[in-house]
Amino acid sequence: MKEIVIISGKGGTGKTVITASIAALAKNKAMGDCDVDASNLYLLLHPEIKEKNDFYAGIIPSIDLEKCTNCGRCQEVCRFDAINTIKDQTVINLVSCEGCGLCALVCPVQAIQMKENHCGEWYISETKYGPLVHARLGIAEENSGKLVTLVRQNAQKIAKKNNLELIIVDGPPGIGCPLIATLSGANLAVVVTEPTLSGLHDLKRAVKVAQHFGVKTVVIINKYDINLENSINTERWCKKEQIAVIGKIPFNTIVTEAMVQGLPAVEYTDNSVSREIKKIWKKLSKPSE
Amino acid sequence: MIISVASGKGGTGKTTIAVNLALALAKDKEKNVQFLDCDVEEPNAHLFLKPVITSSESVEIPVPKIDDKKCNYCGKCAEVCVFNAIAVTKNKVLVFPGLCHGCGACTLFCPGKAISEVGNEIGILEEGKAGSINFTHGRLNIGKPMAPPIIRKIKKKIKKDYNDNRDNNITNHHITLIDAPPGTSCPVIESIKDSDYTILVTEPTPFGLHDLILAVEVLQKLKIPHGIVLNKCDIGDHKVEEYCKKNNIPILLSIPLDKEIAVAYSKGIPIVKINFSYEQKFNQLFQKIAQII
Repeated sequence: MKEIVIISGKGGTGKTVITASIAALAKNKAMGDCDVDASNLYLLLHPEIKEKNDFYAGIIPSIDLEKCTNCGRCQEVCRFDAINTIKDQTVINLVSCEGCGLCALVCPVQAIQMKENHCGEWYISETKYGPLVHARLGIAEENSGKLVTLVRQNAQKIAKKNNLELIIVDGPPGIGCPLIATLSGANLAVVVTEPTLSGLHDLKRAVKVAQHFGVKTVVIINKYDINLENSINTERWCKKEQIAVIGKIPFNTIVTEAMVQGLPAVEYTDNSVSREIKKIWKKLSKPSE
Repeated sequence: MIISVASGKGGTGKTTIAVNLALALAKDKEKNVQFLDCDVEEPNAHLFLKPVITSSESVEIPVPKIDDKKCNYCGKCAEVCVFNAIAVTKNKVLVFPGLCHGCGACTLFCPGKAISEVGNEIGILEEGKAGSINFTHGRLNIGKPMAPPIIRKIKKKIKKDYNDNRDNNITNHHITLIDAPPGTSCPVIESIKDSDYTILVTEPTPFGLHDLILAVEVLQKLKIPHGIVLNKCDIGDHKVEEYCKKNNIPILLSIPLDKEIAVAYSKGIPIVKINFSYEQKFNQLFQKIAQII
Protein backbone atom coordinates (compact mmCIF):
# COMPACT_ATOMS: atom_id res chain seq x y z
CA MET A 1 0.00 0.00 0.00
CA LYS A 2 1.39 3.38 -0.98
CA GLU A 3 0.48 6.79 0.43
CA ILE A 4 0.95 9.90 -1.71
CA VAL A 5 0.45 13.27 -0.02
CA ILE A 6 -0.03 16.49 -1.96
CA ILE A 7 1.41 19.51 -0.17
CA SER A 8 2.62 22.98 -1.07
CA GLY A 9 4.02 25.25 1.61
CA LYS A 10 2.33 28.24 0.01
CA GLY A 11 -1.45 28.31 0.01
CA GLY A 12 -3.44 28.51 -3.20
CA THR A 13 -0.98 26.78 -5.52
CA GLY A 14 -3.55 24.22 -6.63
CA LYS A 15 -3.22 21.19 -4.34
CA THR A 16 -6.94 20.42 -4.10
CA VAL A 17 -7.62 20.99 -7.79
CA ILE A 18 -4.80 18.60 -8.70
CA THR A 19 -5.73 16.04 -6.02
CA ALA A 20 -9.32 15.93 -7.30
CA SER A 21 -8.16 15.24 -10.85
CA ILE A 22 -5.74 12.55 -9.71
CA ALA A 23 -8.58 11.05 -7.68
CA ALA A 24 -10.61 10.86 -10.87
CA LEU A 25 -7.78 9.15 -12.76
CA ALA A 26 -6.46 6.69 -10.16
CA LYS A 27 -8.18 3.36 -9.56
CA ASN A 28 -8.35 1.22 -6.43
CA LYS A 29 -7.58 3.88 -3.91
CA ALA A 30 -8.81 5.63 -0.79
CA MET A 31 -8.61 9.38 -0.27
CA GLY A 32 -8.04 11.66 2.66
CA ASP A 33 -8.46 15.42 3.00
CA CYS A 34 -6.00 16.58 5.62
CA ASP A 35 -6.71 20.29 5.22
CA VAL A 36 -8.99 20.07 8.25
CA ASP A 37 -9.10 23.86 8.75
CA ALA A 38 -10.62 24.57 5.37
CA SER A 39 -11.52 21.30 3.74
CA ASN A 40 -12.34 21.77 0.03
CA LEU A 41 -11.79 18.41 -1.67
CA TYR A 42 -15.35 17.28 -1.02
CA LEU A 43 -16.64 20.19 -3.14
CA LEU A 44 -15.28 18.40 -6.21
CA LEU A 45 -15.81 14.77 -5.15
CA HIS A 46 -19.40 15.05 -3.80
CA PRO A 47 -19.20 12.45 -1.05
CA GLU A 48 -22.14 10.58 0.43
CA ILE A 49 -21.39 10.57 4.15
CA LYS A 50 -21.72 7.07 5.62
CA GLU A 51 -20.27 7.67 9.05
CA LYS A 52 -19.96 10.80 11.17
CA ASN A 53 -17.72 10.89 14.24
CA ASP A 54 -17.11 13.47 16.92
CA PHE A 55 -13.57 14.68 17.52
CA TYR A 56 -12.58 15.36 21.08
CA ALA A 57 -9.16 16.77 21.91
CA GLY A 58 -7.74 18.95 24.59
CA ILE A 59 -9.50 20.18 27.66
CA ILE A 60 -11.23 23.44 28.43
CA PRO A 61 -11.38 25.00 31.87
CA SER A 62 -14.34 26.64 33.52
CA ILE A 63 -14.41 28.50 36.81
CA ASP A 64 -17.06 27.75 39.43
CA LEU A 65 -17.77 31.34 40.48
CA GLU A 66 -19.27 30.28 43.80
CA LYS A 67 -16.04 28.61 44.88
CA CYS A 68 -13.63 31.13 43.33
CA THR A 69 -12.05 33.53 45.85
CA ASN A 70 -10.27 35.61 43.18
CA CYS A 71 -6.94 34.83 44.85
CA GLY A 72 -5.24 35.22 41.48
CA ARG A 73 -3.06 32.10 41.72
CA CYS A 74 -4.35 30.79 38.37
CA GLN A 75 -3.52 34.11 36.70
CA GLU A 76 -0.02 33.96 38.17
CA VAL A 77 0.82 30.58 36.68
CA CYS A 78 -0.90 30.88 33.30
CA ARG A 79 1.80 31.24 30.64
CA PHE A 80 -0.62 32.14 27.85
CA ASP A 81 -2.20 35.34 29.23
CA ALA A 82 -5.52 33.52 29.21
CA ILE A 83 -6.70 34.50 32.69
CA ASN A 84 -7.62 38.04 33.64
CA THR A 85 -9.60 39.92 36.23
CA ILE A 86 -12.54 41.68 34.62
CA LYS A 87 -14.87 43.69 36.87
CA ASP A 88 -13.50 41.99 40.00
CA GLN A 89 -14.11 38.54 38.54
CA THR A 90 -11.54 36.00 37.39
CA VAL A 91 -12.24 35.21 33.75
CA ILE A 92 -10.63 32.65 31.46
CA ASN A 93 -10.28 33.65 27.82
CA LEU A 94 -10.87 30.37 25.99
CA VAL A 95 -9.41 31.74 22.77
CA SER A 96 -6.02 32.25 24.43
CA CYS A 97 -6.24 29.13 26.59
CA GLU A 98 -3.95 26.31 25.47
CA GLY A 99 -5.66 23.69 27.62
CA CYS A 100 -2.65 22.82 29.79
CA GLY A 101 -4.76 22.46 32.92
CA LEU A 102 -2.24 24.15 35.20
CA CYS A 103 -4.84 26.61 36.49
CA ALA A 104 -7.06 23.76 37.68
CA LEU A 105 -4.10 22.05 39.35
CA VAL A 106 -2.97 25.11 41.34
CA CYS A 107 -6.36 26.44 42.41
CA PRO A 108 -6.34 26.25 46.23
CA VAL A 109 -10.11 25.77 46.40
CA GLN A 110 -10.54 23.50 43.35
CA ALA A 111 -12.77 26.04 41.69
CA ILE A 112 -11.69 25.16 38.14
CA GLN A 113 -13.15 22.18 36.28
CA MET A 114 -11.56 20.79 33.14
CA LYS A 115 -13.72 19.08 30.58
CA GLU A 116 -13.06 17.36 27.27
CA ASN A 117 -13.30 19.65 24.31
CA HIS A 118 -15.53 18.71 21.40
CA CYS A 119 -13.59 20.47 18.69
CA GLY A 120 -14.62 18.96 15.40
CA GLU A 121 -16.01 16.11 13.36
CA TRP A 122 -14.68 13.60 10.89
CA TYR A 123 -16.47 11.65 8.21
CA ILE A 124 -16.18 8.46 6.21
CA SER A 125 -17.86 8.78 2.84
CA GLU A 126 -18.37 7.07 -0.49
CA THR A 127 -17.63 8.97 -3.65
CA LYS A 128 -17.75 8.18 -7.36
CA TYR A 129 -13.97 7.82 -7.14
CA GLY A 130 -13.71 5.67 -4.02
CA PRO A 131 -13.87 6.10 -0.25
CA LEU A 132 -13.01 9.48 1.27
CA VAL A 133 -12.12 10.46 4.83
CA HIS A 134 -12.40 14.14 5.61
CA ALA A 135 -12.93 16.34 8.62
CA ARG A 136 -14.01 19.70 9.90
CA LEU A 137 -12.13 21.31 12.74
CA GLY A 138 -14.31 23.51 14.92
CA ILE A 139 -14.10 27.27 14.55
CA ALA A 140 -11.02 28.72 16.24
CA GLU A 141 -9.96 25.33 17.61
CA GLU A 142 -6.52 23.80 18.17
CA ASN A 143 -5.32 20.20 17.90
CA SER A 144 -5.54 20.24 14.11
CA GLY A 145 -2.50 17.91 14.01
CA LYS A 146 -4.43 15.27 15.95
CA LEU A 147 -7.41 15.51 13.62
CA VAL A 148 -5.13 15.21 10.59
CA THR A 149 -3.63 12.04 12.07
CA LEU A 150 -7.12 10.62 12.64
CA VAL A 151 -8.04 11.27 8.99
CA ARG A 152 -4.92 9.50 7.74
CA GLN A 153 -5.26 6.56 10.11
CA ASN A 154 -8.82 5.97 8.99
CA ALA A 155 -7.93 6.30 5.31
CA GLN A 156 -5.23 3.68 5.92
CA LYS A 157 -7.72 1.42 7.73
CA ILE A 158 -10.19 1.61 4.86
CA ALA A 159 -7.51 0.95 2.26
CA LYS A 160 -6.34 -2.14 4.16
CA LYS A 161 -9.86 -3.43 4.68
CA ASN A 162 -10.72 -3.08 1.00
CA ASN A 163 -7.37 -4.20 -0.40
CA LEU A 164 -6.73 -0.84 -1.99
CA GLU A 165 -3.13 -0.28 -3.09
CA LEU A 166 -3.10 3.47 -2.86
CA ILE A 167 -4.03 6.37 -0.58
CA ILE A 168 -4.11 9.90 -1.97
CA VAL A 169 -4.05 12.72 0.55
CA ASP A 170 -4.85 16.40 -0.02
CA GLY A 171 -2.61 18.25 2.43
CA PRO A 172 -2.84 21.60 4.21
CA PRO A 173 -0.69 24.68 3.48
CA GLY A 174 2.13 25.73 5.79
CA ILE A 175 4.85 23.72 7.53
CA GLY A 176 3.50 23.48 11.06
CA CYS A 177 1.80 20.65 12.91
CA PRO A 178 -1.02 19.89 10.44
CA LEU A 179 1.52 19.60 7.61
CA ILE A 180 3.92 17.52 9.71
CA ALA A 181 1.06 15.21 10.70
CA THR A 182 0.19 14.86 6.99
CA LEU A 183 3.76 14.03 5.99
CA SER A 184 5.12 11.67 8.59
CA GLY A 185 5.28 8.12 7.30
CA ALA A 186 4.02 8.97 3.81
CA ASN A 187 5.73 7.29 0.85
CA LEU A 188 5.80 10.29 -1.44
CA ALA A 189 5.22 14.03 -1.09
CA VAL A 190 4.10 15.83 -4.25
CA VAL A 191 4.83 19.50 -3.70
CA VAL A 192 2.72 21.86 -5.81
CA THR A 193 4.34 25.23 -6.42
CA GLU A 194 3.85 28.31 -8.60
CA PRO A 195 6.45 30.37 -10.51
CA THR A 196 6.49 33.35 -8.16
CA LEU A 197 9.06 34.56 -5.63
CA SER A 198 6.65 33.60 -2.84
CA GLY A 199 6.11 30.19 -4.43
CA LEU A 200 9.81 29.40 -4.69
CA HIS A 201 10.52 30.69 -1.17
CA ASP A 202 7.78 28.53 0.31
CA LEU A 203 8.64 25.51 -1.86
CA LYS A 204 12.14 25.42 -0.40
CA ARG A 205 10.81 25.34 3.14
CA ALA A 206 8.18 22.70 2.39
CA VAL A 207 10.77 20.48 0.72
CA LYS A 208 13.14 20.89 3.68
CA VAL A 209 10.38 19.74 6.05
CA ALA A 210 9.66 16.69 3.87
CA GLN A 211 13.37 15.86 3.79
CA HIS A 212 13.60 16.40 7.57
CA PHE A 213 10.97 13.69 8.00
CA GLY A 214 12.58 11.42 5.41
CA VAL A 215 9.78 11.60 2.84
CA LYS A 216 10.70 11.38 -0.85
CA THR A 217 9.66 14.52 -2.74
CA VAL A 218 8.68 15.42 -6.29
CA VAL A 219 7.47 18.79 -7.58
CA ILE A 220 4.72 20.09 -9.85
CA ILE A 221 4.99 23.67 -11.14
CA ASN A 222 1.43 24.95 -11.53
CA LYS A 223 0.53 28.00 -13.67
CA TYR A 224 4.13 27.75 -14.91
CA ASP A 225 3.62 30.10 -17.84
CA ILE A 226 2.85 33.13 -15.67
CA ASN A 227 6.58 33.66 -15.32
CA LEU A 228 8.82 31.45 -17.45
CA GLU A 229 12.01 32.80 -15.87
CA ASN A 230 10.86 31.86 -12.36
CA SER A 231 9.69 28.52 -13.66
CA ILE A 232 13.16 27.82 -15.01
CA ASN A 233 14.73 28.99 -11.73
CA THR A 234 12.46 26.59 -9.86
CA GLU A 235 13.49 23.73 -12.14
CA ARG A 236 17.12 24.68 -11.64
CA TRP A 237 16.76 24.60 -7.85
CA CYS A 238 14.98 21.25 -7.99
CA LYS A 239 17.73 19.81 -10.19
CA LYS A 240 20.37 21.01 -7.72
CA GLU A 241 18.47 19.31 -4.89
CA GLN A 242 17.96 16.20 -7.03
CA ILE A 243 14.20 16.54 -6.91
CA ALA A 244 12.25 15.50 -9.99
CA VAL A 245 9.83 17.99 -11.51
CA ILE A 246 7.08 15.64 -12.66
CA GLY A 247 4.89 18.21 -14.38
CA LYS A 248 4.42 21.82 -15.46
CA ILE A 249 0.77 22.81 -15.70
CA PRO A 250 -0.15 25.92 -17.71
CA PHE A 251 -2.42 28.64 -16.34
CA ASN A 252 -5.93 28.18 -17.66
CA THR A 253 -9.16 29.76 -16.41
CA ILE A 254 -10.90 26.50 -17.36
CA VAL A 255 -9.84 25.25 -13.91
CA THR A 256 -12.16 27.80 -12.28
CA GLU A 257 -14.95 26.94 -14.73
CA ALA A 258 -14.63 23.27 -13.81
CA MET A 259 -14.62 24.15 -10.09
CA VAL A 260 -17.80 26.22 -10.46
CA GLN A 261 -19.41 23.19 -12.12
CA GLY A 262 -18.19 21.07 -9.22
CA LEU A 263 -15.96 18.93 -11.41
CA PRO A 264 -12.32 17.82 -11.34
CA ALA A 265 -10.56 19.47 -14.29
CA VAL A 266 -9.96 16.13 -16.04
CA GLU A 267 -13.70 15.43 -16.07
CA TYR A 268 -14.74 18.82 -17.40
CA THR A 269 -13.33 19.10 -20.89
CA ASP A 270 -10.21 18.12 -22.70
CA ASN A 271 -7.96 21.08 -21.98
CA SER A 272 -4.29 21.97 -21.51
CA VAL A 273 -4.54 21.43 -17.75
CA SER A 274 -6.23 18.03 -17.90
CA ARG A 275 -3.74 16.81 -20.50
CA GLU A 276 -0.80 17.72 -18.29
CA ILE A 277 -2.38 16.17 -15.16
CA LYS A 278 -2.92 12.94 -17.10
CA LYS A 279 0.78 12.93 -17.99
CA ILE A 280 1.62 13.56 -14.31
CA TRP A 281 -0.59 10.69 -13.20
CA LYS A 282 1.11 8.38 -15.68
CA LYS A 283 4.46 9.21 -14.04
CA LEU A 284 3.11 8.82 -10.50
CA SER A 285 1.47 5.49 -11.17
CA LYS A 286 4.64 3.87 -12.58
CA PRO A 287 5.73 1.08 -10.21
CA SER A 288 9.15 2.66 -9.55
CA GLU A 289 7.48 5.79 -8.14
CA MET B 1 -5.49 51.15 14.77
CA ILE B 2 -4.80 47.44 14.23
CA ILE B 3 -5.97 45.99 10.92
CA SER B 4 -5.39 42.31 10.17
CA VAL B 5 -5.64 40.67 6.77
CA ALA B 6 -6.87 37.08 6.76
CA SER B 7 -8.73 34.75 4.41
CA GLY B 8 -9.49 31.16 5.28
CA LYS B 9 -8.47 29.92 1.86
CA GLY B 10 -4.80 30.09 0.96
CA GLY B 11 -3.58 32.03 -2.03
CA THR B 12 -6.42 34.55 -2.23
CA GLY B 13 -4.09 37.55 -1.92
CA LYS B 14 -3.63 38.37 1.78
CA THR B 15 0.02 39.34 1.48
CA THR B 16 -0.69 41.29 -1.70
CA ILE B 17 -3.40 43.33 0.02
CA ALA B 18 -1.48 43.82 3.27
CA VAL B 19 1.73 44.89 1.55
CA ASN B 20 0.09 47.25 -0.93
CA LEU B 21 -2.07 48.80 1.79
CA ALA B 22 1.03 49.40 3.91
CA LEU B 23 2.89 51.03 1.04
CA ALA B 24 -0.06 53.24 0.07
CA LEU B 25 -0.53 54.41 3.68
CA ALA B 26 3.17 54.97 4.27
CA LYS B 27 3.22 57.58 1.51
CA ASP B 28 1.25 59.85 3.86
CA LYS B 29 3.88 61.48 6.06
CA GLU B 30 1.28 62.00 8.80
CA LYS B 31 0.90 58.25 9.23
CA ASN B 32 3.13 55.85 11.15
CA VAL B 33 2.81 52.41 9.62
CA GLN B 34 3.84 49.18 11.30
CA PHE B 35 3.76 45.85 9.43
CA LEU B 36 3.68 42.49 11.19
CA ASP B 37 3.99 39.39 9.02
CA CYS B 38 2.45 36.73 11.26
CA ASP B 39 2.62 33.91 8.70
CA VAL B 40 5.68 32.51 10.43
CA GLU B 41 5.45 29.14 8.66
CA GLU B 42 5.78 30.72 5.21
CA PRO B 43 6.55 34.45 5.55
CA ASN B 44 6.38 36.28 2.23
CA ALA B 45 5.88 39.97 2.94
CA HIS B 46 9.62 40.63 3.11
CA LEU B 47 9.91 39.58 -0.54
CA PHE B 48 7.79 42.62 -1.47
CA LEU B 49 8.65 45.17 1.23
CA LYS B 50 12.37 44.29 1.15
CA PRO B 51 13.05 45.55 4.68
CA VAL B 52 16.52 46.22 6.01
CA ILE B 53 16.67 43.91 9.01
CA THR B 54 18.22 45.58 12.05
CA SER B 55 17.68 43.01 14.76
CA SER B 56 17.10 39.31 15.12
CA GLU B 57 16.17 37.31 18.21
CA SER B 58 15.68 33.64 18.92
CA VAL B 59 12.21 32.49 19.98
CA GLU B 60 12.26 29.74 22.56
CA ILE B 61 9.77 27.60 24.41
CA PRO B 62 10.78 26.66 27.96
CA VAL B 63 11.00 22.86 27.98
CA PRO B 64 11.74 20.66 30.99
CA LYS B 65 15.23 19.42 31.80
CA ILE B 66 15.37 16.58 34.30
CA ASP B 67 18.12 16.42 36.92
CA ASP B 68 18.78 12.66 37.03
CA LYS B 69 20.37 12.93 40.46
CA LYS B 70 17.21 14.31 42.02
CA CYS B 71 14.66 12.36 39.98
CA ASN B 72 13.10 9.30 41.59
CA TYR B 73 10.89 8.41 38.59
CA CYS B 74 7.70 8.99 40.55
CA GLY B 75 5.96 9.96 37.27
CA LYS B 76 4.20 13.05 38.62
CA CYS B 77 5.51 15.16 35.72
CA ALA B 78 4.00 12.79 33.14
CA GLU B 79 0.79 12.73 35.12
CA VAL B 80 0.30 16.51 34.97
CA CYS B 81 1.37 16.88 31.35
CA VAL B 82 -1.74 16.93 29.14
CA PHE B 83 0.34 17.03 25.96
CA ASN B 84 2.11 13.69 26.48
CA ALA B 85 5.43 15.51 26.22
CA ILE B 86 6.96 13.51 29.08
CA ALA B 87 7.16 9.74 29.48
CA VAL B 88 8.48 8.12 32.64
CA THR B 89 9.66 4.53 32.95
CA LYS B 90 11.25 2.66 35.86
CA ASN B 91 14.59 4.42 35.43
CA LYS B 92 14.26 6.88 32.59
CA VAL B 93 12.45 10.11 31.79
CA LEU B 94 11.91 11.00 28.14
CA VAL B 95 11.03 14.53 27.11
CA PHE B 96 9.50 15.22 23.66
CA PRO B 97 10.21 18.93 23.05
CA GLY B 98 8.04 18.97 19.91
CA LEU B 99 4.95 18.22 21.99
CA CYS B 100 5.80 20.60 24.83
CA HIS B 101 3.76 23.80 25.06
CA GLY B 102 5.96 25.31 27.78
CA CYS B 103 3.13 25.52 30.34
CA GLY B 104 5.43 24.82 33.31
CA ALA B 105 3.15 22.26 34.99
CA CYS B 106 5.80 19.55 35.25
CA THR B 107 8.35 21.93 36.74
CA LEU B 108 5.89 23.24 39.30
CA PHE B 109 4.62 19.85 40.42
CA CYS B 110 7.81 17.81 40.62
CA PRO B 111 7.94 16.81 44.30
CA GLY B 112 11.72 16.51 44.22
CA LYS B 113 12.33 19.81 42.41
CA ALA B 114 14.20 17.79 39.84
CA ILE B 115 13.01 19.77 36.82
CA SER B 116 14.35 23.03 35.51
CA GLU B 117 13.36 24.74 32.29
CA VAL B 118 15.66 25.42 29.39
CA GLY B 119 14.92 27.38 26.27
CA ASN B 120 14.26 25.26 23.19
CA GLU B 121 14.54 27.35 20.05
CA ILE B 122 11.56 27.05 17.74
CA GLY B 123 12.28 29.95 15.43
CA ILE B 124 13.44 33.52 15.04
CA LEU B 125 11.93 36.98 15.03
CA GLU B 126 13.37 39.77 12.90
CA GLU B 127 12.74 43.51 12.93
CA GLY B 128 13.71 46.21 10.53
CA LYS B 129 12.52 49.03 8.34
CA ALA B 130 11.11 49.14 4.85
CA GLY B 131 11.37 52.82 4.02
CA SER B 132 9.34 54.43 6.79
CA ILE B 133 7.45 51.22 7.60
CA ASN B 134 8.37 49.47 10.84
CA PHE B 135 8.61 45.79 9.91
CA THR B 136 8.53 42.63 12.01
CA HIS B 137 8.29 39.01 10.92
CA GLY B 138 9.09 35.58 12.24
CA ARG B 139 10.20 32.26 10.87
CA LEU B 140 9.34 28.85 12.32
CA ASN B 141 12.31 26.48 12.24
CA ILE B 142 12.04 23.53 9.86
CA GLY B 143 10.56 20.54 11.64
CA LYS B 144 9.08 22.51 14.54
CA PRO B 145 5.31 22.17 14.78
CA MET B 146 4.07 25.21 16.69
CA ALA B 147 3.67 28.66 15.19
CA PRO B 148 1.62 30.47 17.90
CA PRO B 149 4.48 31.18 20.36
CA ILE B 150 6.37 33.06 17.62
CA ILE B 151 3.22 34.91 16.59
CA ARG B 152 2.61 35.89 20.23
CA LYS B 153 6.09 37.38 20.38
CA ILE B 154 5.55 39.32 17.14
CA LYS B 155 2.27 40.72 18.47
CA LYS B 156 4.12 42.00 21.56
CA LYS B 157 5.96 44.34 19.20
CA ILE B 158 2.77 46.29 18.50
CA LYS B 159 3.91 49.77 19.35
CA LYS B 160 2.52 50.70 22.75
CA ASP B 161 2.32 54.39 21.96
CA TYR B 162 0.24 53.60 18.88
CA ASN B 163 -2.46 52.03 20.85
CA ASP B 164 -2.74 53.61 24.30
CA ASN B 165 -6.36 54.36 25.20
CA ARG B 166 -7.45 52.36 22.20
CA ASP B 167 -10.97 51.98 23.48
CA ASN B 168 -11.52 55.72 23.54
CA ASN B 169 -9.41 56.94 20.78
CA ILE B 170 -8.66 54.74 17.80
CA THR B 171 -6.33 56.93 15.89
CA ASN B 172 -5.73 56.77 12.17
CA HIS B 173 -2.24 58.17 12.43
CA HIS B 174 -0.71 55.01 13.85
CA ILE B 175 -1.61 51.92 11.92
CA THR B 176 -0.50 48.37 12.57
CA LEU B 177 -1.12 46.00 9.67
CA ILE B 178 -1.03 42.26 10.30
CA ASP B 179 -0.55 39.74 7.50
CA ALA B 180 -2.14 36.52 8.83
CA PRO B 181 -1.52 32.92 7.70
CA PRO B 182 -4.15 30.89 5.78
CA GLY B 183 -6.63 28.64 7.57
CA THR B 184 -8.88 29.12 10.58
CA SER B 185 -7.05 27.45 13.45
CA CYS B 186 -4.65 28.56 16.16
CA PRO B 187 -1.98 30.44 14.13
CA VAL B 188 -4.72 32.55 12.53
CA ILE B 189 -6.48 33.20 15.83
CA GLU B 190 -3.25 34.24 17.47
CA SER B 191 -2.54 36.62 14.58
CA ILE B 192 -5.89 38.36 14.35
CA LYS B 193 -7.21 38.45 17.89
CA ASP B 194 -7.44 41.94 19.39
CA SER B 195 -7.54 43.55 15.94
CA ASP B 196 -9.79 46.58 15.50
CA TYR B 197 -10.76 45.33 12.04
CA THR B 198 -10.08 42.34 9.82
CA ILE B 199 -10.00 42.41 6.03
CA LEU B 200 -10.99 39.04 4.59
CA VAL B 201 -9.51 38.44 1.17
CA THR B 202 -11.42 35.98 -0.98
CA GLU B 203 -12.08 34.92 -4.56
CA PRO B 204 -15.46 34.31 -6.23
CA THR B 205 -15.09 30.52 -6.50
CA PRO B 206 -16.66 27.58 -4.61
CA PHE B 207 -13.45 27.09 -2.58
CA GLY B 208 -13.30 30.81 -1.88
CA LEU B 209 -16.91 30.92 -0.67
CA HIS B 210 -16.62 27.78 1.46
CA ASP B 211 -13.56 29.02 3.31
CA LEU B 212 -14.86 32.59 3.57
CA ILE B 213 -17.88 31.33 5.49
CA LEU B 214 -15.56 29.59 7.96
CA ALA B 215 -13.42 32.71 8.31
CA VAL B 216 -16.49 34.86 8.96
CA GLU B 217 -17.54 32.45 11.73
CA VAL B 218 -14.11 32.91 13.31
CA LEU B 219 -14.45 36.70 13.24
CA GLN B 220 -17.94 36.53 14.67
CA LYS B 221 -16.63 34.33 17.49
CA LEU B 222 -13.81 36.81 18.15
CA LYS B 223 -16.23 39.76 17.74
CA ILE B 224 -13.99 41.60 15.26
CA PRO B 225 -15.64 43.86 12.64
CA HIS B 226 -14.76 42.73 9.15
CA GLY B 227 -15.13 43.42 5.45
CA ILE B 228 -14.18 41.75 2.18
CA VAL B 229 -11.66 42.35 -0.55
CA LEU B 230 -12.78 40.33 -3.56
CA ASN B 231 -9.74 39.36 -5.59
CA LYS B 232 -9.90 38.06 -9.18
CA CYS B 233 -13.48 39.34 -9.04
CA ASP B 234 -14.28 38.74 -12.71
CA ILE B 235 -13.83 34.93 -12.70
CA GLY B 236 -15.92 32.24 -11.02
CA ASP B 237 -19.50 32.96 -10.01
CA HIS B 238 -21.58 35.44 -7.98
CA LYS B 239 -22.16 33.33 -4.88
CA VAL B 240 -19.60 35.18 -2.74
CA GLU B 241 -21.22 38.52 -3.60
CA GLU B 242 -24.66 37.10 -2.80
CA TYR B 243 -23.42 35.69 0.50
CA CYS B 244 -21.91 39.06 1.49
CA LYS B 245 -25.09 40.93 0.56
CA LYS B 246 -27.29 38.50 2.44
CA ASN B 247 -25.11 38.76 5.56
CA ASN B 248 -24.45 42.50 5.41
CA ILE B 249 -20.72 42.08 5.01
CA PRO B 250 -19.29 45.02 3.06
CA ILE B 251 -17.22 44.36 -0.04
CA LEU B 252 -14.63 47.09 0.37
CA LEU B 253 -12.64 46.56 -2.81
CA SER B 254 -12.87 44.37 -5.90
CA ILE B 255 -9.81 43.62 -7.99
CA PRO B 256 -10.14 41.93 -11.39
CA LEU B 257 -7.94 39.10 -12.62
CA ASP B 258 -5.15 41.18 -14.05
CA LYS B 259 -2.08 39.80 -15.78
CA GLU B 260 -0.15 42.97 -14.85
CA ILE B 261 -0.75 42.25 -11.14
CA ALA B 262 0.05 38.54 -11.53
CA VAL B 263 3.34 39.13 -13.35
CA ALA B 264 4.41 41.91 -10.95
CA TYR B 265 3.51 39.66 -8.00
CA SER B 266 5.55 36.82 -9.46
CA LYS B 267 8.56 39.15 -9.54
CA GLY B 268 8.06 40.46 -6.00
CA ILE B 269 6.86 43.87 -7.19
CA PRO B 270 3.93 45.43 -5.28
CA ILE B 271 1.25 46.69 -7.66
CA VAL B 272 1.06 50.18 -6.08
CA LYS B 273 4.63 50.75 -7.20
CA ILE B 274 3.81 50.40 -10.86
CA ASN B 275 0.17 51.48 -11.08
CA PHE B 276 -0.98 54.71 -9.42
CA SER B 277 -4.68 53.91 -9.74
CA TYR B 278 -4.15 51.02 -7.34
CA GLU B 279 -2.47 53.29 -4.84
CA GLN B 280 -5.66 55.35 -4.85
CA LYS B 281 -7.79 52.21 -4.48
CA PHE B 282 -5.86 51.12 -1.40
CA ASN B 283 -6.17 54.56 0.17
CA GLN B 284 -9.90 54.41 -0.45
CA LEU B 285 -9.97 50.96 1.14
CA PHE B 286 -8.40 52.38 4.27
CA GLN B 287 -10.80 55.35 4.34
CA LYS B 288 -13.76 52.99 4.24
CA ILE B 289 -12.38 50.99 7.16
CA ALA B 290 -11.57 54.13 9.17
CA GLN B 291 -15.15 55.28 8.70
CA ILE B 292 -16.60 51.94 9.78
CA ILE B 293 -14.57 51.89 12.97
